[in-house]
Amino acid sequence: MMGYFVRRLLYAIPILLGVNVLTFALFFLVNTPDDMARMQLGERRLTPAAIEQWKVDHGYHRPVFWNAAQTGVTQLTDTLFFDSSTRLFRFDFGKSDAGRDINADIAERMGPSLVIAVPVLLVGLACALTWSLAIAWLAGTRLDFWSGVLCVAMMSISGLFYIIGGQWLLAKLWHLAPISGYADGLASLRFILLPVVVSVLASLGGSVRWYRALFLEELGKDYVRMARAKGLSDARVMFGHVFRNALIPILTGVVVLIPSLFLGALITEAFFAIPGLGSYTIEALQAQDFAVVRAMVFLGSLLYVAGLMLTDLSYLIADPRVRLE
Amino acid sequence: MPIPLLLLSDLAAWLLFGVALAYAFTASRREHLRAPWRRVRQQPVAMVAAVILLAHVGITLLDSLHFAPQAANGTEAEPEPLSVLDFVLTPLRTGVETSYSAPFALLGFDRESVLQADGRVVREYPRLRYGGAHLRDPAQRGADILQRGALGAAAGALAGLLLLRLLWPAQCRPWRRRNDDPAGRAAALTLLVLCVLAGLGGALATRYHVFGTDKVGMDVLYQSIKSVRTGLLIGTLTTLVTLPFALVLGVAAGYYRGLVDDLVQYLYTTLASIPGVLLVAASALLLDGLMTRHEDAFSSLIVRADLRLLALCVILGITSWTGLCRLLRAEALKLRESDFVRAAEALGVRGPRILWRHLLPNVMHIVIIATVLDFSGLVLAEAALTYINIGVDPGMESWGNMINAARMELARQPAVWWSLSAAMLWMFVLVLAANLFADAVREAFDPRTREATPSARPAGT
Repeated sequence: MMGYFVRRLLYAIPILLGVNVLTFALFFLVNTPDDMARMQLGERRLTPAAIEQWKVDHGYHRPVFWNAAQTGVTQLTDTLFFDSSTRLFRFDFGKSDAGRDINADIAERMGPSLVIAVPVLLVGLACALTWSLAIAWLAGTRLDFWSGVLCVAMMSISGLFYIIGGQWLLAKLWHLAPISGYADGLASLRFILLPVVVSVLASLGGSVRWYRALFLEELGKDYVRMARAKGLSDARVMFGHVFRNALIPILTGVVVLIPSLFLGALITEAFFAIPGLGSYTIEALQAQDFAVVRAMVFLGSLLYVAGLMLTDLSYLIADPRVRLE
Repeated sequence: MPIPLLLLSDLAAWLLFGVALAYAFTASRREHLRAPWRRVRQQPVAMVAAVILLAHVGITLLDSLHFAPQAANGTEAEPEPLSVLDFVLTPLRTGVETSYSAPFALLGFDRESVLQADGRVVREYPRLRYGGAHLRDPAQRGADILQRGALGAAAGALAGLLLLRLLWPAQCRPWRRRNDDPAGRAAALTLLVLCVLAGLGGALATRYHVFGTDKVGMDVLYQSIKSVRTGLLIGTLTTLVTLPFALVLGVAAGYYRGLVDDLVQYLYTTLASIPGVLLVAASALLLDGLMTRHEDAFSSLIVRADLRLLALCVILGITSWTGLCRLLRAEALKLRESDFVRAAEALGVRGPRILWRHLLPNVMHIVIIATVLDFSGLVLAEAALTYINIGVDPGMESWGNMINAARMELARQPAVWWSLSAAMLWMFVLVLAANLFADAVREAFDPRTREATPSARPAGT
């Protein structure tokens, strides 16, 4: 098993390299350092000397792939691509184009992001599982039909509507929570209530429908009939057999959700003014700060690869038949 | 004489329509392609959704026929291109107020300084220039709305009945007592309801702002209708962009295995590992930069917005083909072991030909399912992306832009709710129809559900 994970780790390296090459190409070849300097400096202070100075200050003055001025290996290493790539792999993200230290920013903003994302994932999973198990047990009844209708309707509503509607209803009309904002420590509880409720609601319909289908598929199998024939209670059948067997695809789905949680958090955080990584990225995008965006892309893909490995690990725990070779 | 004008996205829209027609023609002549569609045809919910979707397609196509109107005498500026839909909706398009007004309002939403006849200046709610301008006495409004609405609805119903009489096969017209085609009847009733709604809207919208007006006084109903094209194009064009990548790479990887498989797998894992929004955002930013640097290459704002829309579809497509590719690869892996592929190989058929003749037709059901399933998600994604400024051009009518512009106005006292509600409601109807239709299509095309449905119910309940 150790060997398996070592192999997976090694396999992650080319993927991260590929991501790096791709983002590098996107950001540097299409949008050259000269363009960046022009954008950051603005029209007024625009002189060739100022552009050169800006590039030197931000380390963009070196050649992109091949430094002909150097000799030996340094021809490859003393370049923009090599330097920025190795720095990313060392988790040294350097300074943003606006001059702030990216590492410090990320460390500071990771907390609020996690405070939102973790409850969303856990509460959402708990709600969806409870609802879908109950509905799978009641399959074929009128309740099941109307729950299906409700789920499709919930899926069809734009996520923006949940956010805006939630802010309007819960915060403005009922005064249950502040409209937006964030505070550290225990005080944050008040502020995370609304974003968590809204995010859970927004994804509930789709996941309930999907989980219900998974449970029903298991319920139709022979071993369930066998279990019922033995005289097991419904609860034992549902929790002991159906639930455990349906867990594998559910786990895959949950880990697949991790990068898209990142996506959801992007918009949620911006709407609720939460100083997390999502709003950080949006601010960077709007300020056209490519150093930050590159760092976030790298972190995002790293998380995704880590998520894939975690899925495998969770299979091991959930299903005793799985052996990782 | 107006000169026809072909925008790139018009071309894409008509091309897409042509492809759909060609597919329908091919499918109608082959029994095995027709069978699943017949199953879709038998479901009332799917047919209701299909009629609603087709109505939206109609709006999109009307909105994709542009022409350059002739400049009015004395004006220097070249007029923006108009579409046939714009022409049809001229009263809505040109009835521009100064600022917000509520649905069916006669007065503006904000007080303005009005010069009285005797020279005094009074702060009061100004009478709208177009909304209900035909009324002498504001008290007549209720009666007028009722009268116009009833007339419009009656006209719509009449037109709908005529349409049904002309188009519908006799045995599934809704008024027949003995009706053994509930799906056809449901579709007919939906068409009737749509016609009544159109009649109602047509009668009222010429005199009132049915959904109110926005900040610059544009009619919200007009904006919502114009947004249909944006949403629909993003939902369909994006999938069209993903198909070549997903099909070619997925099927080839599954069939050839070995090095090709490794490369394709590497490619899609790498792409999938980048958070989608960031990739889209980065590409959109670069596009923005590129467009500002070549500002003079665009003859008009609409051409620029149009190009941006297409680019957004391409970007979304390139970043989202990985899921479908993975599915197709898995299916091709299964198919390559099947007897007919083995037989073809034994007979000496070459690889590319096997891919084209034997594998491609057998994975098409996955493609159709994926296309209809993705549609609703993409329509919703447009709104979210536009909110963070990486969606469509701010000058283009889209539900995302409408929501974005109206979002802050909820905080006002009293709230400006109509723009937001109109966009949300319309989006909800379209996405709901798309979801319901997608469900029916998936059920009809997926070989697993086809056989598994009867036994999927638990024995005890």
